[in-house]
Amino acid sequence: MNVPSDLHYTKSHEWVRLEGDTATIGITDHAQSELGDIVFVDLPTPGRALQAGDTFGSVESVKTVSDIYSPVAGEVIEANEALGAQSELVNADPYGSGWLVKVKVAGPPEGLLDAEGYQALLG
Amino acid sequence: MVEFAGYELPVQYKGVIAEARAVREGAGMFDVSHMARLRFNGPQALAFLEWVTTNDVSKLGPGSGQYSLLPNAKGGTVDDIILYRTGDEEFKMVVNAANHQKDLAHLRALLKEGVALDDTTESTAMIAVQGPGAVDLVAQLSDQAERAREAPFFGAFDARVAGVPCFLARSGYTGEDGYEIQCPADKAESLWQRLAEAGAVPCGLGARDTLRVEAGLPLYGHELTDDLSPIAAGLGWVVSKTKEFLGSGPINAARTAGTPAKLQGIRLDSKRVAQPGTAVSVNGGQVGTVSSGAYSPLLDSGIAFAFLESGVALETPCEVDFRGKPEPGKVVAKRFFKRQ
Repeated sequence: MNVPSDLHYTKSHEWVRLEGDTATIGITDHAQSELGDIVFVDLPTPGRALQAGDTFGSVESVKTVSDIYSPVAGEVIEANEALGAQSELVNADPYGSGWLVKVKVAGPPEGLLDAEGYQALLG
Repeated sequence: MVEFAGYELPVQYKGVIAEARAVREGAGMFDVSHMARLRFNGPQALAFLEWVTTNDVSKLGPGSGQYSLLPNAKGGTVDDIILYRTGDEEFKMVVNAANHQKDLAHLRALLKEGVALDDTTESTAMIAVQGPGAVDLVAQLSDQAERAREAPFFGAFDARVAGVPCFLARSGYTGEDGYEIQCPADKAESLWQRLAEAGAVPCGLGARDTLRVEAGLPLYGHELTDDLSPIAAGLGWVVSKTKEFLGSGPINAARTAGTPAKLQGIRLDSKRVAQPGTAVSVNGGQVGTVSSGAYSPLLDSGIAFAFLESGVALETPCEVDFRGKPEPGKVVAKRFFKRQ
């Protein structure tokens, strides 16, 4: 499984890329692999305020529906519109064009795993 | 892997969509050894099976099979099955894994003198090879290639496949041509390997479910239950109009009077997978309930079966509930795919 070293992770298999006060959030390669072919992604509208741990959307695959939890607190500034027509991008490129939302973070995120910690979680 | 009726089964190997496409475009194979296999023989076997199944067993010649149902006395369905006649007084039945013990108890309670019932599930395995290329693939590995190519649908015969003694039945659960192959359990792995080398793509439960919904085929527990009339599921065509059988009174009454709800197809505008039990509405009022849902790679949309009030016509715009949010679609014929 691909676990890029420059990202932060949650135990619920989301990833976070921090650039300044913008956090880009997606689901990990492991998560997309476990879910299988993704056919729908339900994402929040920009402007929504999130607490760390909030459910902010869901990912539906041919096998199951899974909630997505926000790894950070802040305000949604963008949702990945491309997923409306091409939800399979989450499978094909989970750390790139398959990102889910961008959040303007309220403060430094807490309690996240680094790549090594997340890798250890996967075993 | 998931646990299914006491068997460990893969939901997918490479991916549900890729596997479903492999079956529609070439040949896929499914390990369906979990489905139970029963054998009946004796001078009273035919009469017994006429009583406990809905289809006309008398129309079955040796070497042929039929889709049928095990009815209960109140007009519901104990299971849906395939029955093969392998001799004048010999029959094989394939039943659902989840109903294996229930069916055995039901059948044994009705058993009469002159019929022996054997459960061969543990000693045998079953592999379904399905797709436009499936028959040719099996024929090439078989010692009876010509017979395998020319057998009619539901034709059944003994042959060797890759050297393994098998019972071949031209049947399946995908809407495609193909064979369901029964073989000795200890030869199943080598047969699977030889089929894979010949180009059959391993497919899991996910693709099997997707393909059967596309093909308009029911699944016990979803479209058929102990309490539902098979007439509601649109299976009147496997219920004899001429013979008397267990539950024939209530089933014929349902056929004459109609059922309050009947099974229809729904095609969603989106690719979402409707969950069983969710509401279907027309103009804001609930008209029924989803029984099965899938994403169809063929149509690139979400498809579902639903029991809808009998007045709801084809092409009616409808909405399916997704966790409180309505998703638009329309009522369509439940056979989403038909091989030309």
